[in-house]
Amino acid sequence: MKNSRSSSEAVAHKKIALSAYAFAYLAFLYVPVLVLPIFSFNNSEFIAFPLSGFTTRWYAGLAADTAMHHALGNSLKVGLATALLSTLLGLTAAKAVTRYRLLGAGPALAFISLPLFIPDIVLGISLLLLLGATELPLSLAAVVMGHLLVCVPFALTVLIARFEGFDKNLEEASADLGENGWMTFWRVTFPLMMPGITASLLLTFITSFDEFLVAYFLSGTEATLPIYIWGQLRFPERLPMVLALGAIILTASVALVVLAEYVRNLGVKKPMVGA
Amino acid sequence: MSFLAISGVTKSFGGLPAVDNVSLEVPRGEFFALLGPSGCGKTTLLRMIAGFETPDSGTIAIDGEMMNTVPPHLRPTNMVFQSYAIFPHLNVFDNIAYGLRKLKLPKDALRAKVDAMLATVRLEGLGGRAADQLSGGQRQRVALARALVREPKILLLDEPLGALDKRLREAMQLELRALQRKVGITFVLVTHDQEEALSLSDRVAVMEGGRILQIATPGGLYERPNSRAVADFIGEINFFHATVRDMTGETAYVNAGVLGILALPAANLASGIKAGDHILLAIRPEHIVFAPSGVAGEIVASTFLGERSHFHIRIPGRSETVVVSGTPPTGAVHLAFNLEKLIGLPADR
Repeated sequence: MKNSRSSSEAVAHKKIALSAYAFAYLAFLYVPVLVLPIFSFNNSEFIAFPLSGFTTRWYAGLAADTAMHHALGNSLKVGLATALLSTLLGLTAAKAVTRYRLLGAGPALAFISLPLFIPDIVLGISLLLLLGATELPLSLAAVVMGHLLVCVPFALTVLIARFEGFDKNLEEASADLGENGWMTFWRVTFPLMMPGITASLLLTFITSFDEFLVAYFLSGTEATLPIYIWGQLRFPERLPMVLALGAIILTASVALVVLAEYVRNLGVKKPMVGA
Repeated sequence: MSFLAISGVTKSFGGLPAVDNVSLEVPRGEFFALLGPSGCGKTTLLRMIAGFETPDSGTIAIDGEMMNTVPPHLRPTNMVFQSYAIFPHLNVFDNIAYGLRKLKLPKDALRAKVDAMLATVRLEGLGGRAADQLSGGQRQRVALARALVREPKILLLDEPLGALDKRLREAMQLELRALQRKVGITFVLVTHDQEEALSLSDRVAVMEGGRILQIATPGGLYERPNSRAVADFIGEINFFHATVRDMTGETAYVNAGVLGILALPAANLASGIKAGDHILLAIRPEHIVFAPSGVAGEIVASTFLGERSHFHIRIPGRSETVVVSGTPPTGAVHLAFNLEKLIGLPADR
């Protein structure tokens, strides 16, 4: 008896220690991020404790800042274009890799994923040089091209996983039941890929929306939101407004990621393969 | 020309032949089985009939029409997949109605057609059931209904009962047979289960290594296998090495070693066997009986099979035991062979 009691005490101690560790871990991850919303509501230009009262004036200032609105518009445009294009490219590549016996599919995949491992600053400089050499103008379109390099691998990873998750007999069954490739895509492949496509759109959008370095090099005179924020840091009195903006972006990003994960997991619990 | 005519069909994957110069003909309304171990090419052959694979050479014709260049969605065949391939995003009704879109039926007519098919496969009232709420047997019925509702000329079944447990499998075998009689559609079934092939089909093609070894009725395969491989694959059988001494008209005299010299009907020897040939004599356990006199031996083991038992008998001068069914006397046993049922096979295949 004594033995079993002491061993159950040991288990309890272990549980407490593990919980403490987990809390410390989460605090390490999220306390720095929480500073942002806290100071965005602080009624002082100086970012320092103690806090000096609640205000929403920084948010009100944001609402009146037309330069910020323009940059936000640019970021949304670039983000949407990047999300749609990289998901489309990812979808076709993922189908090719998972559905056909392709010569060199492995190396091709590795090459597509390589930009993920190239530092963004290197990518940004090389794209800048390339644009200079080909005399193409710096523009939002150039930013989209740069973002595609970074986003296609994300899209591809998400979409390949989804393609591999469903029985390819389902597409054959559709053909067997009289539907050609086009109709099979719309009646079977697309509905089953929908969670993957949505997740890919959201992830690539966020990646593009948050990206700074490539956009900084390629955007020319049209600032995206991260570039605008970087510019604002030169004016100390505007810092609380930047924090307010940061807090809004943070909230929206988290919401989008949660949504993406939720959508991606839709249908995963259901068996996708027969019997 | 037969209803389904396959002629000289060959298909290789990466240089290895999966189906090797196969020819066969299936008449309309037949229940035909392709039987063989996994990797024998039977599924590849089925997929070529469905159009999912293209033959490297040879032709496939259905009802007189050449199929080689016809894509799957335009072929008069439908398939029941091994995985059933039930569309997970559609309910039972929409799964079954999937292949009827092009008919552009009015709503009532579509509902009537699907409901009739639900009744045929005994799934009445389950049209609204989601795909993930079906049992294995129900999934199998949905897959059958979805294919049959299109009234194909040929229904292709790829190991349709493989995923079911034994009892359900036996029940579904009976149902499948009855269903085929009812709808009168030509069925081509792929299976590695010899019992399933024998109990369901009108005729069976036994395949090995991409080739067809024999095509015959279940009874024909069992009683008159044309080779050691077929005889071995289907049921229990005993082999004896022997030499043909002489053939005179209706009778063949065979020196069967420990069994002595036997006189059996010449028709029991496979075609091409002549006097002087080394052959294999084959006989099923039920064609050997325990007798008061005959070949002496002793029982070394027995296998209980339910309604009967198999006894393994050692006889002097032979390393392998002889398998016999029946009721043995106590003590020493003597075996008598039904010479009418002894068949002679070429020793080299």
